[in-house]
Amino acid sequence: MLELFQYNFFNNALLAALLSAISCGIIGSYIVSRRMVFIGGGITHASFGGIGIAYYLGLNPILGAAVFAVLSAFGINYFTQRGNIRQDSSIAIWWSLGMAIGIVFIAITPGYSPNLMSFLFGSILTVTQIDLLYMGALSVVVALLFLLFFRVIVMIAFDEEFARARNLPVQLFNYILMALSALVIVASIRISGVILVLSLLTLPQATANLFTKRFGPIMIASIVIGFLGMFTGLIISYYTDLPSGATIILVLTSFFGIGKIMLWGKEQLPFFK
Amino acid sequence: MAMNKLIEIKNLTVSYDSKVVLNNANLSVVENDFIGIIGPNGGGKTTLLKAILGLIQPTSGQLVFSETMKNRGSDIGYLPQVNKFDNRFPISVFEVILSGLARQESWRSGFVSRDKKRVEAIIHELGIEKIAHKPIGELSGGQMQRTFLGRALISDPKLLILDEPDTYVDNQFESELYRKLKELNQRMAILLVSHDVGTISTYVKSIACVNKELHYHRSNIISPEQLASYNCPIQIITHGSVPHTVLETHNHNL
Repeated sequence: MLELFQYNFFNNALLAALLSAISCGIIGSYIVSRRMVFIGGGITHASFGGIGIAYYLGLNPILGAAVFAVLSAFGINYFTQRGNIRQDSSIAIWWSLGMAIGIVFIAITPGYSPNLMSFLFGSILTVTQIDLLYMGALSVVVALLFLLFFRVIVMIAFDEEFARARNLPVQLFNYILMALSALVIVASIRISGVILVLSLLTLPQATANLFTKRFGPIMIASIVIGFLGMFTGLIISYYTDLPSGATIILVLTSFFGIGKIMLWGKEQLPFFK
Repeated sequence: MAMNKLIEIKNLTVSYDSKVVLNNANLSVVENDFIGIIGPNGGGKTTLLKAILGLIQPTSGQLVFSETMKNRGSDIGYLPQVNKFDNRFPISVFEVILSGLARQESWRSGFVSRDKKRVEAIIHELGIEKIAHKPIGELSGGQMQRTFLGRALISDPKLLILDEPDTYVDNQFESELYRKLKELNQRMAILLVSHDVGTISTYVKSIACVNKELHYHRSNIISPEQLASYNCPIQIITHGSVPHTVLETHNHNL
């Protein structure tokens, strides 16, 4: 197995996994706690529109995805608050609008788009230096924000009204975290693709939540679980030749299953004593 | 004893879109007030509290805060209706109470160990040591109310605002709560919204009835006028050596 580490592409993939585990572990805990997972789904799929346009214009697809993700995140908010549209409908509109734009632009782009599948299903092994730079910068920003403002962020997430009564800058934090969530999702599209990325932000958290009911520990545990899942998934996919994104998700799901069984076992323990 | 006015509400009107929820309300709250706010659902009780807390902008009118209430954020302790919380949120009793110390001046710096000592003192005062490190999802209704009362009290407020603290709790907790409030009233003014008119009128010092309009006089006896002109669905309560309830003369055939 050691020979794997001699390959540049594998080390890059591992670094991508680590950076993604950090940003997804933190942002995912926030999204899950605030019950914003469905918003995450909308953002993820809407970003496909940006990928399509970037393809057509010959730009970096991740850049297009990032612009679309942030726009849709604010768009969902705007429709809900000002447009008098219910939130789930607003999410669905952006979700399918983004996908439709992506499909149309890819259709009118001359020639075949071989990388398209990698955006739908992920391809961590083809991650580029620029991707890594983007992911690294994002992880640093996210980690710093949570280190400095952890209490305030949790307080706003838990009880926005109380935070407003305390004159805390609630709207500012909401917008910053919304934008960062969108950017983290886009960064992780590289790993598991538009279709599977949501589980990177929810599965580690669900597993951690089995063992702890506090925000901080869930965040830390999610980072560790997420990285272990991606690492194991990568190794398995290398030896079995299965798609890496899907393998990672299956590993993360089985971690959750193992956690459930461990909890169940712990409950049964008194009977065996 | 001269009473310092904490808040003076002058001609306060709040409307959502074009619907007037609170019309031309006037009320002043002084240092040792214990005001029960009653009125029908949707009558504007919570709106009044939210306007005082600065959570909604009044359409017209004024809220004047005294010098001692300069820092509205921490000078008002607020206990919202607990049913609005997501009880699966990953946070412990200790952390909820600690969050009551967040202030605008220091929101960057987080919390210090002095704050944690303060949380421990509040936890002791409320007798919830046993549940201090439980996640809020595992609490009973009464424990939940105690936790949020702790968060409201930790900033040492001069005014305590409670929105229906007597829901989702049993009778024993309810009487404990009112005893506690009476004790707290020695050092802070209290505004309490409740639907349980019978119980609160024996504890509060005065009652305000809110049904779009606000009707208030400094007494805890609900006047027939409050009943008639403000359509408050309540009984008339009087107080004597034996607590009793007197219903206004009414026609049973109605």
